[in-house]
Amino acid sequence: MASADTTPVLELTGIGKEFGAIRALHDVDMHVRPGEVVGLMGDNGAGKSTLVKIIAGNFRPSHGEIRFGGNAVHFNRPIDARAVGIEVVYQDLALADNLTAAANVFLGRELKRKFGPIALLDHKAMASRALDLFGELRSETRPDDLVKQMSGGQRQAVAIARTRLSNAKLVMMDEPTAAISVRQVEQVLSLIHRLKEQGVAVMLISHRMPDVFAVCDRVIVMRRGEKRADKPIHETSPEEVTALITGAKEAA
Amino acid sequence: MAMPLESPVTFSNVGKTKWWRRGIFASQTGYVLAALLVLMLVMHFASPYFFTEGNMQNVAKNFSFIAIATLGITFVIITGGIDLSVGSMMCFSAMITSMVMVELSAPGSAFVHLAADGKTVVANVPGLILVISVLAGLCAALIVGLVNGFCIAVLGLSPFVTTLGMLSIVRGLAYVVSNGRGSFPGGPDADYFYALTSGDVFGVPAPFIYLMILAAVMAIVLHHTSFGRHVFALGGNEKAAELTGIPVVRVKIEVYVICALATGLQGIIISGWLGSAPANMATSYELNVIAAAVIGGANLAGGLGGPLGAIVGCVLLEVIRNGLVLAQVNSYWQQTLVGVIIILAVLVDRIRSRMT
Repeated sequence: MASADTTPVLELTGIGKEFGAIRALHDVDMHVRPGEVVGLMGDNGAGKSTLVKIIAGNFRPSHGEIRFGGNAVHFNRPIDARAVGIEVVYQDLALADNLTAAANVFLGRELKRKFGPIALLDHKAMASRALDLFGELRSETRPDDLVKQMSGGQRQAVAIARTRLSNAKLVMMDEPTAAISVRQVEQVLSLIHRLKEQGVAVMLISHRMPDVFAVCDRVIVMRRGEKRADKPIHETSPEEVTALITGAKEAA
Repeated sequence: MAMPLESPVTFSNVGKTKWWRRGIFASQTGYVLAALLVLMLVMHFASPYFFTEGNMQNVAKNFSFIAIATLGITFVIITGGIDLSVGSMMCFSAMITSMVMVELSAPGSAFVHLAADGKTVVANVPGLILVISVLAGLCAALIVGLVNGFCIAVLGLSPFVTTLGMLSIVRGLAYVVSNGRGSFPGGPDADYFYALTSGDVFGVPAPFIYLMILAAVMAIVLHHTSFGRHVFALGGNEKAAELTGIPVVRVKIEVYVICALATGLQGIIISGWLGSAPANMATSYELNVIAAAVIGGANLAGGLGGPLGAIVGCVLLEVIRNGLVLAQVNSYWQQTLVGVIIILAVLVDRIRSRMT
């Protein structure tokens, strides 16, 4: 577990967001340390996805400050967030089914070899790097197989391998276990452990209580656009978190 | 960042796909290619004229007349788009080429002067008029392609509606500039023009040679450049392409421009073969071109297609046409049969993907 004195990789202070008359987020403070797995929980409309989209650069916050690795940052587009080391694994994984696993991992960042003025794809280098990444994630995935033919767990591995290309410091995973089988959930949770082992901070956005309690070090509960709880996982219980999510308990 | 592995990955649960279930063997292009070879064999036994040199030259020439445009539209179809304006574009760009050629060859222009005996003589380099007029024709196609791409990628209009409108706009423009009369390539460079469009080199028709070169270039672009990768990604999952930072707008505009240029070139070649660019030239060719692409395995939903498929589709259509003529079948059956083949080709692929 990360010690308390390391600088947080991500630090939010007083983040708020309004969409017209609707207040989606209000005064959210939070931080994530390297190698820490933080669960972000809340009911639909609690502000989870707005918060994730602000961190990922899809939205600009109306108020507050984002600090990444100690420096204040302003993201205008998702690419800006990616440039500093924030990667997002989207709920639908953002994979192109008709391409191979390796092609998907390197999508938009293809490795090329120069032949005079022409740059051609370096298929071999991409395949072997992708195989290394799948190995790190302990996933039985062949770089040359089409994503179309893969299981949910393998797809998840491809989406996560993509975040490992750029040495991301923070990986946000949006509902990675929502639509896959029990065995594949195990695989995904072990993928999260691999990321943690390598010092990557992970934010897990999930509805599934058992998954959050299985991998997270800390849980943050959102309700009605505000942060209601931020507790180490061993100081809380699924019952308490459920109460916080539904509003049976106001704050902890 | 790579960690030393305690053990390399083992593939105990994940088998390797058998070679005959991968790549071309598992694609519609593969099936249609096999069907084509069988058909040609049948034709050989059905008619002694089929494999004669003259007939083969004819077939090669005829399918080359739509195949270059089919290569172009395949790019668009792979991204999940469609271009219905190809027929009109062929006509427009052929017409501009031929009009510019006639205009530049008129006595008094900077490119020719009158000799004493009243004949026109080339004032500059021979062939310069040809180059300029072909570039003008391609430029016209380029502009149409840019407008298509802009409306679809930037304004977000549907490709079907945009290019349906463009079909009408461009055909209308062709009538306007020619006053409905059509145009005939002429002047001192006309001989070069005909040699380059409908001539042949050692018995191989010139359009066929262009087709082979362009198909090879296309294969490299699609499978070995990041542009090609992005074209496939766009057709597979446009949202994913956007999220991974692919310049979606630029790639979309580029595919419509490529399609327009291929189509323009095709139109110019056809006008060389016809000896003129009439205002109703290539009417409804868009349907032949799309049919050939789809038969060859391009998927209208996007994400699949390639130069081999485009060519195989064109050859199949032409062999059927040629075969029906040789077999002395009423030529009105042709269109019906083409329709049947389109549906059959897609049906076989659907059945196959259901089975695996």
